[in-house]
Amino acid sequence: MADFLLELRSEEIPARMQARARNEIARLFAERVAEAGLATGAIDVHSTPRRLVLIARDVAPHTETAREEMKGPRSSAPLQALDGFLRKTGLAREQLEERDGVLFAVIERPGRAAAEVLAEAVKRIVADFSWPKSMRWGSESLRWVRPLHGIVAMLGEEIVPVEVDGVASSATTVGHRFHHAGDITIGGAGDYAEKLRACHVIVDQDERERLIREGAAAAAAEAGLTLLDDEGLVVENAGLTEWPVPLLGRFDPEFLDVPREVIVLTMRTNQKYFACVDADASLAPAFVCVANVSASDGGEAIVEGNRRVLAARLADARFFWEQDLKVPLEEQAAKLGGIVFHDKLGTVADKVERVAKLARWLVEEGIVEGADAARVERAARLAKADLVTGMVGEFPELQGVIGGYLAEAQGEPKAVAEAIRDHYGMPLAPASAAVALADKLDTIAAFFAIDQKPTGSKDPFALRRAALGSIEIIVRNGLRLSLTPAIRGALANLAGQLPKPDAAHRLDRTVPEVLDFFADRLKVQQREAGVRHDLIDAVFALGGEDDLVRLLARVAALQAFVETGEGGDLLTAYKRAANILKKEKWEGTGATSGGELASEEAALIGALDAAEPKASAAVDAEDFTGAMAALATLRAPIDAFFDHVTVNDADPAKRERRLNLLMRFRDAVNRVADFSRIEG
Amino acid sequence: MLNRGLHLPVLHASAKAAPHADHGGRRLSLSFQDLILTLHRYWGAQGCVLLQPYDMEMGAGTFHPATVLRALGPEPWKAAYVQPCRRPTDGRYGENPNRLGHYYQYQVVLKPSPENLQDLYLGSLFEIGIDPLKHDIRFVEDDWESPTLGAWGLGWEVWCDGMEVTQFTYFQQVGGFECRPVTGELTYGLERLAMYIQGVDNVFDLRFNDAGVTYGDVFRENEVEMSTYNFEVATTEALFDLFRKAAAECENCLEARLPIPAYEQAIKASHVFNTLQARGVISVAERQAYIGRVRDLAKAACAAWIERNPSPVGEG
Repeated sequence: MADFLLELRSEEIPARMQARARNEIARLFAERVAEAGLATGAIDVHSTPRRLVLIARDVAPHTETAREEMKGPRSSAPLQALDGFLRKTGLAREQLEERDGVLFAVIERPGRAAAEVLAEAVKRIVADFSWPKSMRWGSESLRWVRPLHGIVAMLGEEIVPVEVDGVASSATTVGHRFHHAGDITIGGAGDYAEKLRACHVIVDQDERERLIREGAAAAAAEAGLTLLDDEGLVVENAGLTEWPVPLLGRFDPEFLDVPREVIVLTMRTNQKYFACVDADASLAPAFVCVANVSASDGGEAIVEGNRRVLAARLADARFFWEQDLKVPLEEQAAKLGGIVFHDKLGTVADKVERVAKLARWLVEEGIVEGADAARVERAARLAKADLVTGMVGEFPELQGVIGGYLAEAQGEPKAVAEAIRDHYGMPLAPASAAVALADKLDTIAAFFAIDQKPTGSKDPFALRRAALGSIEIIVRNGLRLSLTPAIRGALANLAGQLPKPDAAHRLDRTVPEVLDFFADRLKVQQREAGVRHDLIDAVFALGGEDDLVRLLARVAALQAFVETGEGGDLLTAYKRAANILKKEKWEGTGATSGGELASEEAALIGALDAAEPKASAAVDAEDFTGAMAALATLRAPIDAFFDHVTVNDADPAKRERRLNLLMRFRDAVNRVADFSRIEG
Repeated sequence: MLNRGLHLPVLHASAKAAPHADHGGRRLSLSFQDLILTLHRYWGAQGCVLLQPYDMEMGAGTFHPATVLRALGPEPWKAAYVQPCRRPTDGRYGENPNRLGHYYQYQVVLKPSPENLQDLYLGSLFEIGIDPLKHDIRFVEDDWESPTLGAWGLGWEVWCDGMEVTQFTYFQQVGGFECRPVTGELTYGLERLAMYIQGVDNVFDLRFNDAGVTYGDVFRENEVEMSTYNFEVATTEALFDLFRKAAAECENCLEARLPIPAYEQAIKASHVFNTLQARGVISVAERQAYIGRVRDLAKAACAAWIERNPSPVGEG
């Protein structure tokens, strides 16, 4: 048993593609050897910017001998049939076996040498590899992520000979681009990693990641600082280096006037630097970059160079920041009239106007408590103003954050600045929640009104995210909001803005469509919390329940109840009653008397007389646990009723009366939740 | 991206980093013009035709017919040249130390892209004084696309100590046509490379030559006047008219089956469009339509070029 080593060496593979490429090479290799029937042990995969590596342990020397049996014609069959079978199997008549008058061909395929199978596998891997983007180079027709220069393919100490479009396998590779000149000859999988390490290449990405993670933290600690952990940066830097060397540099503290998020983002996105904080957790004027070289001067020139790049970038950012500070947000907001929100939905200024109205309404209706209506309206009017600032032009992902900083710097009240900052998220502060919810509801209502609903995997306006965000805001803040009037309000704000055909659509269908959409999103959102979707349906099916907080309280009580033995029994009885009524197509007659009552019948009537008002009062008081407790009192009487009373009595009056009683039981239960929707 | 202008800030190595820099006074780092001459000598020795700048306004060295048209078809081609680039929107009235409305790119195109293109490129960095064992040179993913040329390619931006110094691209398509063979394109940002090598923080402080002339002496007034013109003075009606005329003339040339003059008119339309953008008179919605118009012209010129320069028999 020997180990197989495959190295595909190319020009620099984009860092973001390497993890997927490792999975891809492992998958393709496993498929090929499985297909050929070649046994191997564990498969390891590694990557550096310049190489994709696979090591398969304990490869069998050859594939298993395969024995295949084919049934042929009867020995008495005409000659033509026999000839056809011989042609198909490639055997002669005397090589066939005869069993009970039928001819069989037994074909033995000898095992193939591992090297042969592996050579084919390498060709197929290169040909079948799927990169997010691939290219051609020179005059070659081969496609790879970047030009492919070398293939090391070795089984044990032997080269596996293979050629892929002019690139032939060998035992030689190269070391670090600058630390090691010339070729390296590999002995096999066993010495591969160590030989490369001696030439300044750390083959394993996990080891490079660890060096970066620990090295960057240590560089910060040495300077008395704490590194801001960033696993994404660790992985990216490991994908950009073969010999990672974290280095700490400092920048001019004057730049700390620029919002922290801007500095961190500049360092992270543009330069791939880690940020550091000092003892009181405020941003330190320092960075950690990861070089790909052990520089001859200890990294002094590299740090200095990177410091200057960062300084120029921060100077640019500060320029935008200072420009933006000079312009009041109100003045910026006026420019939103020049930006189209959507062809059919007017400008961003129109949207801002709608959001301001809706946000104010949320406060004035007492739905959002503890916020000042005027401030909420102001925050809504300024919330999108930062979209036209230079800073957001440079860093679009900082929308909101920049607006918040500018509002604060320009003397807006804290609640206003906070609301501007947080309105893209799921905020808890009352003013912020009002603006955020109004923004999301407006977006959902507006796009539904012009029939731009999400379908399947298509959700170009991110309405699902907006709905989930709305649900989070409502639930986490316990906002008592009836969705119907809120959506009606949002649609009313659109009046006059919609093209005619869309206006017609809006009147007819939008409100129920949006409610259904919220119901779907609520099920998705609650699934993670372990809430059953059938129970949400059971409460939604009651109709008129569009207060999500109440709805979820009801669902929670229902779930607690149906998961008890008593609840389960009541559900069984309910289903039995509902089935009988369905089978009889019973619509109810109102008759309650006629003949003598069985004692169980009388007991059930008594129980219903007691439970109905209790359940109903409890529902009114939003005491859903109480409502469930009232229903629970019906469990024993209904079970006794089914055990001792014949519904389909020979006496038609009794039958009618008992069917009506079952209907009364079913409806009583249904007033708390539509039990027919509950599974189980 | 270099092709989008001199957006990136610049930096220099420490004094001892560049072999040419010697503060003992014996030898200075490369002046701006010596940087160009060094690159010329290096790429000339690699068999490149050393061309002079194209005599038309353009936004990037890629637009030069020696890149766009020569990337089409099967014939081998090696060229190197300096191309002045005009980016009206990047003008800052000569006040920003890192941004210019007019600057230089050093462009190298090699078709087919040689096997050792990365090594050749690194050799050129060494020639201009960048020691790869003292500096951190990295190839960082950057795919290139020019919507106005119907062109795209894959490659990297090359970083030196965190600064982007070169755009390195393997062309895959130009004018909507597959590149076979593939052209390798190197675009050096000359000003930022020079600032790095000379250790200068402001582009206008660059030593243009070794006789006391700075980059600012040569170009600052140009930046002030051109920014003023592009942002404040240019008559938009005249520009719209120029755009229409260039487009019409392009079509006229296409009808006459003259790809080179047709392509020149496409370049002209492209530059006029850039100037209109600087004047802020093209809306977001219109922008796409203008880019599409220029692309159609450029593509048609490329198609005409291929037609005029058919592949040798048995190829293509």
